[in-house]
Amino acid sequence: MAARHQRPVAASDSSARTNEKKCSWASYMTNSPTMIVMIGLPARGKTYMSKKLTRYLNWIGVPTKVFNLGVYRRNAVKSYKSYDFFRHDNKEAMEIRKKFAIVALADVKTYLSEEGGQIAVFDATNTTRERRELILNFAKDNAYKVFFVESVCDDPDVIAENIMDVKVSSPDYPERDRESVMGDFLKRIECYKVTYQPLDPDEHDKNLSFIQVINVGRSFLVNRVQDYIQSKIVYYLMNIHVHSHSIYLCRHGESHHNMEGRIGGDSELSERGKEFAAALKRFVKEHKLSDLKVWTSQLRRTIQTAEELGIPYEQWKILNEIDAGVCEEMTYKMIEEKYPEEYAMRDQDKYHYRYPGGESYQDLVQRLEPVIMELERQANVLVICHQAVMRCLLAYFLDKGADDLPFLKCPLHTVLKLTPVAYGCKVDVFDLGVEAVNTHRDRPLVQ
Amino acid sequence: MIDNQEFMVEGYPRELTQNPLRKIWMPCKNGHIAHRRVCMTNCPTLIVTVGLPARGKTYISKKLTRYLNWIGVPTKEFNVGQYRRECLKIYKSFEFFRPDNEEGLKIRRQCALSALNDVRQYLSVEGGQVAVFDATNTTRDRRRTIIMFAEQNGYRVFFVESVCEDPEVIAQNIVQVKLGNPDYIDCNSDEAIKDFMKRIKCYESSYQPLDEVLDRDLSYIKIMDVGRRYLVNRVVDHVQSRIVYYLMNIHITPRSIYLCRHGESDLNIKGRIGGDSGLSDRGKEFAKRLRNFLQEQNIKNLKVWTSQMKRTIQTAEILGVSYEQWKSLNEIDAGVCEEMMYEEIQERYPLEFALRDQDKYRYRYPKGESYEDLVQRLEPVIMELERQENVLVICHQAVLRCLLAYFLDKTADELPYLKCPLHTVLKLTPVAYGCEVESFCLSVDAVNTQRDRPERL
Repeated sequence: MAARHQRPVAASDSSARTNEKKCSWASYMTNSPTMIVMIGLPARGKTYMSKKLTRYLNWIGVPTKVFNLGVYRRNAVKSYKSYDFFRHDNKEAMEIRKKFAIVALADVKTYLSEEGGQIAVFDATNTTRERRELILNFAKDNAYKVFFVESVCDDPDVIAENIMDVKVSSPDYPERDRESVMGDFLKRIECYKVTYQPLDPDEHDKNLSFIQVINVGRSFLVNRVQDYIQSKIVYYLMNIHVHSHSIYLCRHGESHHNMEGRIGGDSELSERGKEFAAALKRFVKEHKLSDLKVWTSQLRRTIQTAEELGIPYEQWKILNEIDAGVCEEMTYKMIEEKYPEEYAMRDQDKYHYRYPGGESYQDLVQRLEPVIMELERQANVLVICHQAVMRCLLAYFLDKGADDLPFLKCPLHTVLKLTPVAYGCKVDVFDLGVEAVNTHRDRPLVQ
Repeated sequence: MIDNQEFMVEGYPRELTQNPLRKIWMPCKNGHIAHRRVCMTNCPTLIVTVGLPARGKTYISKKLTRYLNWIGVPTKEFNVGQYRRECLKIYKSFEFFRPDNEEGLKIRRQCALSALNDVRQYLSVEGGQVAVFDATNTTRDRRRTIIMFAEQNGYRVFFVESVCEDPEVIAQNIVQVKLGNPDYIDCNSDEAIKDFMKRIKCYESSYQPLDEVLDRDLSYIKIMDVGRRYLVNRVVDHVQSRIVYYLMNIHITPRSIYLCRHGESDLNIKGRIGGDSGLSDRGKEFAKRLRNFLQEQNIKNLKVWTSQMKRTIQTAEILGVSYEQWKSLNEIDAGVCEEMMYEEIQERYPLEFALRDQDKYRYRYPKGESYEDLVQRLEPVIMELERQENVLVICHQAVLRCLLAYFLDKTADELPYLKCPLHTVLKLTPVAYGCEVESFCLSVDAVNTQRDRPERL
């Protein structure tokens, strides 16, 4: 999809820079559209994985969209009555279900072939070979690659928890009580079990590309990974977990440069910044965060903040603030005066804009990817970082697009607590009550 | 790593000073800081290979060791076959490996224990973080011995099993690495192959592969058919996750990697480092010669990668082929020293200049990068180079040194002084356990940008 040719970029020619390829490296490396096809009985975490994977892929710059068959079904069959709809001997229902699979595939085609999408995640049970054959033929006709993700789980506790976490509040069960929901849902699962044909790596499906996620990530079977993006998808799925944990994000305490309105640099904490660090220490104590890992960048202001906490911390160079290149340590006013064209271009497209000799938000996302991967692996972590960095991390957790990312509000002296919940992330904002300058610049009004 | 208890007792917040060489802020008192390294586990890891002979275990062991060392995780491999050769002096025939050869079994067991002893020395005494125990380890019994050893010493165990039944792959394996092996130094090829096949047979009857049920509590990766399929079980930490990712990206399809720098640039001629200048006339001449060279080499499906700096892109443009730009391939950032000459740096920043000569690998330019930073930045490039087949990478001096160090297994000490002259193409072809290097000087004059290691005073 992405053109292989590159026009030469003359670094000094600023107008040429605006024509630079805007897609991310990951997007660039994904050359044919790919369908990720989920497989698995109900309550096996397919939708959880679909949404999370989609969020991750979009964040690294690969346009991805989820097509959830349940949504199509709910749109077509207005009110859900009971598990009877899912009985495999219910011919009428089977016909209806097949029909909206086809509708969904048509939408996939529109997304991948016309709307510039690169990956479509087809989220449904897809438990029969017949259904998968249908999808494979569809993909073949359209020259899409197919990568299956099968979730296999036989741990009844996990399944039960799954049902309680997400199914009880599903539109299918608006007013039922928990017990009858559980009952109906378990019967729904039984309906599928009758015709379930898992992937067979040894014979029937040995030439397909897929990953089998077994018992929520305890083990994986990976078959015939074809390319870069499938390799990244496998790596990602192997690093995520479903254990409850919280991620705390905050910036360093107010710094001297902050007070002067200067960007970048490596200045020390101001008095108020030090107060914030003390408040942060109390915060950590109050929240009784056991085994909390603390990460900082390698810039003085985050390290000083961490030092105050009195617990071990790890420094990551890749958490350093965005490099403003020639604009380092200048105020926005100085930048506007000295580099008016640069200043204007940044307002035009803040996500892709790269400071001369520096970085862009897009570069930052690429740089931060190992941090995200490690955050996924970890339990409780407090990340003390910087404004642009925090925006990028937040955008990942809250699924914010490139358009919104550079304008996310990340004020000084505020801690954000992110807790994964159902399909998304709950955010708790803690303003630690220490005054600081406001470093936020809103999106400029369209002229 | 900071000792937790010690931390809490000493007064805090501690004053910060910046280590002048690495530009890392550290608390004054201790000078220890948990500076993010790859392997943040507190336990050393013991990687244990499993598999019949000629299944690529040593290939995987050596490659993994090379990769881990390059990304900064001190790793060493322990090949039990080597211990056996030292013990036995002369290899006679496959009879030594017969399962009913009491004497043979005794010696082989002794060798394994001797190797494990050295593993303990490396991990617990010498500060190593990962040890790769390269042997067949085909019985559950042997593996149990190793697991117990690891438990006693507080090591985490990760098994890497290679399963392959493709006779062609096995045959090629034998030809590539066994024929030249000291065991067969006095045999002709046919004899050697025959003997080796019989050797494999000796192991087959007692081979107990890792089992999905019986071994469900172990951490392992089972590699099937040279990477067509993988079974991964219970990855418990960051290092294991990285190892799995790496193993899943490597392949053995024959190919070559071409590395070169951009053509000579205007700043090169002025003796200035960094910057983003264009090609000199000689640089452009090099690019033309490069185009001819590539045509002569007749490379199938060559991918061309450049950095995002003008001089590499200009070089690629002259080739007339499509290419991909990587920001991560940009030259090392010299921070405040960008576009300066070495003499100027010595004059203006004499302390920095001296520090760099002291430890060129870890030295970070003020507001810039170190070679160590460069390696971290280049890791995704290496990962993708492993996935790819024929690639030409047009990059820069420091970057080229880092990439070369990975392929040729050079240490952090040697890396910053590797010779990577302008207008020379290095062709790397994986062969047996290593990499064959061919150097093609394209006969276009250029300035010499190499600064040798300073004499020790």
